[in-house]
This record gives sequence, C-alpha cells and structure tokens, in this order.
Amino acid sequence: MDDLQDLYQQLILDHNKSPRNQGKLVDSNRQAQGYNPLCGDKLQVYLHVEDDIVKDISFEGSGCAISTASASLMTQSVKGKTVAQARAMFDSFHQMLTEDSASESDESALGKLVVFSGVCKYPARVKCATLAWHTINAALGDASEQVTTE
Amino acid sequence: MNPVSSASSLDPHRLKQDFPVLQQESHGRPLVYLDNANTSQKPQCVIDAVSNFYAHNNANIHRGVYDLSMRATQAHENARGTIAKFIGASRPEEIIFVRGTTEAINLVAQTFVRSRVGAGDEILVTAMEHHSNIVPWQILCEQTGAVLQVAPINDAGEVILDAYREKLSEKTKFVAMTHVSNALGTVNPIAQMIALAHEKNIPVLIDGAQAAPHLPINVSELGCDFYAVSSHKMFGPTGVGALYGRFDLLDSMPPYQGGGDMIRSVTFEHTTYNDVPYKFEAGTPHIAGAIGFAAAAQYIVDIGYDKLLAYEEMLLDYATQALTAIPEIRIIGTAAEKVSVLSFVVDGVHPHDVGTILDQKGIAIRTGHHCAQPIMDRYDIPATVRASFALYNTKEDVDALAESLKSVMEVFR
Ligand SMILES: Cc1ncc(COP(=O)(O)O)c(C=O)c1O
Repeated sequence: MDDLQDLYQQLILDHNKSPRNQGKLVDSNRQAQGYNPLCGDKLQVYLHVEDDIVKDISFEGSGCAISTASASLMTQSVKGKTVAQARAMFDSFHQMLTEDSASESDESALGKLVVFSGVCKYPARVKCATLAWHTINAALGDASEQVTTE
Repeated sequence: MNPVSSASSLDPHRLKQDFPVLQQESHGRPLVYLDNANTSQKPQCVIDAVSNFYAHNNANIHRGVYDLSMRATQAHENARGTIAKFIGASRPEEIIFVRGTTEAINLVAQTFVRSRVGAGDEILVTAMEHHSNIVPWQILCEQTGAVLQVAPINDAGEVILDAYREKLSEKTKFVAMTHVSNALGTVNPIAQMIALAHEKNIPVLIDGAQAAPHLPINVSELGCDFYAVSSHKMFGPTGVGALYGRFDLLDSMPPYQGGGDMIRSVTFEHTTYNDVPYKFEAGTPHIAGAIGFAAAAQYIVDIGYDKLLAYEEMLLDYATQALTAIPEIRIIGTAAEKVSVLSFVVDGVHPHDVGTILDQKGIAIRTGHHCAQPIMDRYDIPATVRASFALYNTKEDVDALAESLKSVMEVFR
C-alpha cells in the first residue's frame, strides 16, 4: 500500500477528479494531439502563445488518473511561462521520470510537478505521465500532427 | 462447495502444481495469473517436451538420411497427427503448422481468398473480431477492391443472427469470424453460422484462438472450411499454431511463401511445389514448438473437456457474482454463452489504474483494448480490465481479485 501511495498521491487524485483547464481553448493558436497506443489514451493540448509567452492553455481528452492529473498540473505550471521555460520544464520532467534521481535544481524548477516522481518506480506508467508533455512539446514546435508515446 | 474434488471433477489446485511459473510470488504475494486470454502458462510436460527435443532429438526435418533427422521428422509429423486429432480433422495433411492464428488468417487471405475475390466482392466478419481477423482482410480489400462487411452485435455482445443472415449476399465470397471473443468471452453459435453461409456456398474461416483452451473443437462436425488456433493460448509454446483447411481446398490453393521444403524441384526455369501440407510450410519450421504444442493438446485431452467445461462454468459464475456484488463494476460482455473471460470497467477509475493497483496485489491482469478496438468503440469505452481464467485458476484467485478491486475503490474513494 505504501508503494501505491507514492504513485497515487493526494494531489494526483485531486487533479484526476477535478482537472483544471480542461476543455477546448477558443482562441488557441497552437495545438497538438497526443496518443498513447498502449492504453488508447488520446489527448489534445491547446495553446495561446503571444510574444513567446504561453498566455493560455487547456487540454481535452480522457485517460487514466496519471495522465489526466499530469495534463491538468502541466497546464497550471506552464501558464504564463515563456516557450523556453516550458520546454525546459518538459526536459526536467522527463528526466525526473526516466532517470534514477532528479538533481535538486531540477526538482525546484518543477514545483508541484514533483508529485509525479513516484511514477519512475512504475515503468509501465511513465508514458501516462509524459503524454501531456510530449504533446505540449509538439504544440510548441508548432507541429500540428499527432505525436505518440511509442 | 467441497474443496476436496472427487475423481470426476477437475482439481485446479493440483493442476496449478503442473505450472512452474505459477509457483512464484509477485509483490510479496502468491502470483495470481488472470491474463490467460493473452497467453496461457505452460505445464511442466510441455516444457519437458520442448527441452527433450532439443536435448535428444534435434535435427532439421525432411532433409536427413541419418537417424537423428528421421527421429526429428517423425516427432514433428506425430505432432501434426496429434493436433489433427485434437481438432477433429479427418487427416493429418489438413494441418498446416504456422506461427499462430495471425499467420493462419493471413495465409488464407493471401492464398485461398485472394485467388477468388475481385472488386466489389464482399468479405464478412463480425463486430467482435480481434485485429488479426480484421487487418488481413483490410489488406486484401486494398489489394483487390473487395469490401469488408461487418455483422453487428447486440449490447450483450452476441452476433445478431438476423443481421448476419442479411449480410450474407450474392457478393459475399468469404466469411471469417471468431469462435470465442477474446474481449467479451462470447461463444458464437458457429455451427449455425457456418451452415447459414454454406447454404449460399460461402466458405468460412473460424478464428479459434480463444476457443481451444476452453471448448472441444471438432472441425469435421462444424463443417468449417478453415480453422485457426495458437499453441500459446492453450498451454503450448509461443511461435507456433495450426491452420486446419479442408483437404480439397488446400490442394486447390496457391502457395503462401516460397522457400525450402515447400518445393518438389527447383530450376531457374520452373519450380514444382510439394504436396499439402508442406506446400504451405516454407523454410525450417518451429519443430520443437510443434512438439510442445502437441504435448499441450495432449495435456488438455488427458484432463478432459467435460471436466474442464464444468469447472470453468462454475468458476465463471462464481467470478461473475463476485464482481457483480461490487456496485462500481460494470461487466462488458454478458452473452448467454460465454467462456471464463470477464471484461469490466470500474466506475470513475481508468482500467490502467486498476491494472497497476491489482499488480501491486500480485494479480496479473490485462487492461486496454485487447487488440479489439472496434469493440471498445461499440461500447463507447477506451478500454476494459479483463480477467481471463484458465483451468489452474481457483476460487481463491477470484476472491483475491474481488478483494483487491475493493482496495482500488479505496484508493479512488
Ligand atoms: C480471438 C483472437 N484471434 C487471434 C489472436 C491472435 O493470436 P496470435 O497472436 O497467437 O496470432 C488472438 C490473440 O490475442 C485472439 O484472441
């Protein structure tokens, strides 16, 4: 049970139950779709980028608790950041989940997103947590095609 | 229920002892393996059959004049005979060894059916097919201009027979359907469905991948033209399976792949093909696999399908009741005729999360679309959790599942 609590932390469960910034963004000027073929999860990320700043962001789609909470928390973390900052967050987030330990500085840059650090102990679930980030990365690079986690 | 089984009923606790992989712990608890529809575990006798072949009889087949090669050839052909008997073929030559059900279906699509369909012709499948009984037909349709038709299912997950009958038209040149649905557990009334197709002279292939571990198969009684099985779903090795084809049909078919063993003589000007079934078995086959496959078939026969059917029916009822008692659970696939496969969704919890939590409790279970995305679309769900039981699963396994599902509800309270 302890292990499960590492994964399903309260913040994750909360964002899964009531996701923030969910729905279509009317004035989006960039978007991308993400797809995880393993579980069939599809996710749409909408961005409004102006003067190199993510002015607004939302996501649509349904998935497991990890991917929904990750998308929800991502929208909160990225809103108001510059494109470069958002990309840097993607890198640190990805590193935290795929490398044994994130360095201190990385963790501080991630803020609330560190709740996902437990996911690295569940290799089968890493892709759930990174789907939203792969998708925003594609949207920032104004690729409008689908990205997959495979 | 008396836990001590009499001689006339199957004893799953004893059978479980035959499977070395099941004697382990997972996350500190005894492993409860409930992913049998994905692949089954292997009894010691199958493992021994494979390793004995490599330890004592290994040589290539059909090629050597020496004793070892002849022994290997004999063992391989004996395996063919065992499988022929196992599924009720009238002669061993009607069995083609393939990699599995997927290859069997592709073989029939690209030989028998391809030589018989043209633009505007129709191939009929059902709405509950595995991707491996959909995609080979879509490829064929692209190649030939034929059209794929789909017989719909009702909410319980049963083919709507009237609609199926209506889909059998003048244009229908082939029917390919599953005996048992891997995602829903439904057993189709294939004898009746084959007869309906045959009334219109339409040949039929049955995908038997999920049937063999649960139900006796008799292709002669069914009257089907082709029947495909995978060894690994019925306690045998991976990488091998069988295609049954009616002899006269096989004899009329062009070859599938070219290579060694499938030829009688080769010159650069002209090649003559070997006889059925070798014509369809190009290259060195999975010899040890075929031998293990036969050992698996024999293992089931020795247990007896009558006992197996009675036991699994009881287990399915028990599991269905246990899951129905949890209000958040909705079972997907409630056909009147089912094998021991239970697909379900948990209200408010994604199947993937259910799978992770069950794994922490030592329960191996499949979550996802089960290679049957059209079924998920039919029920408008992204995925299900699927518990699929085999002859070594016990009521205790079901209890562990039900108990662990309650802790899923706790995490997601
Ligand atoms: C109904 C059905 N058909 C076909 C297959 C494909 O079998 P294989 O992967 O052994 O070729 C499966 C396997 O999941 C199945 O369940």
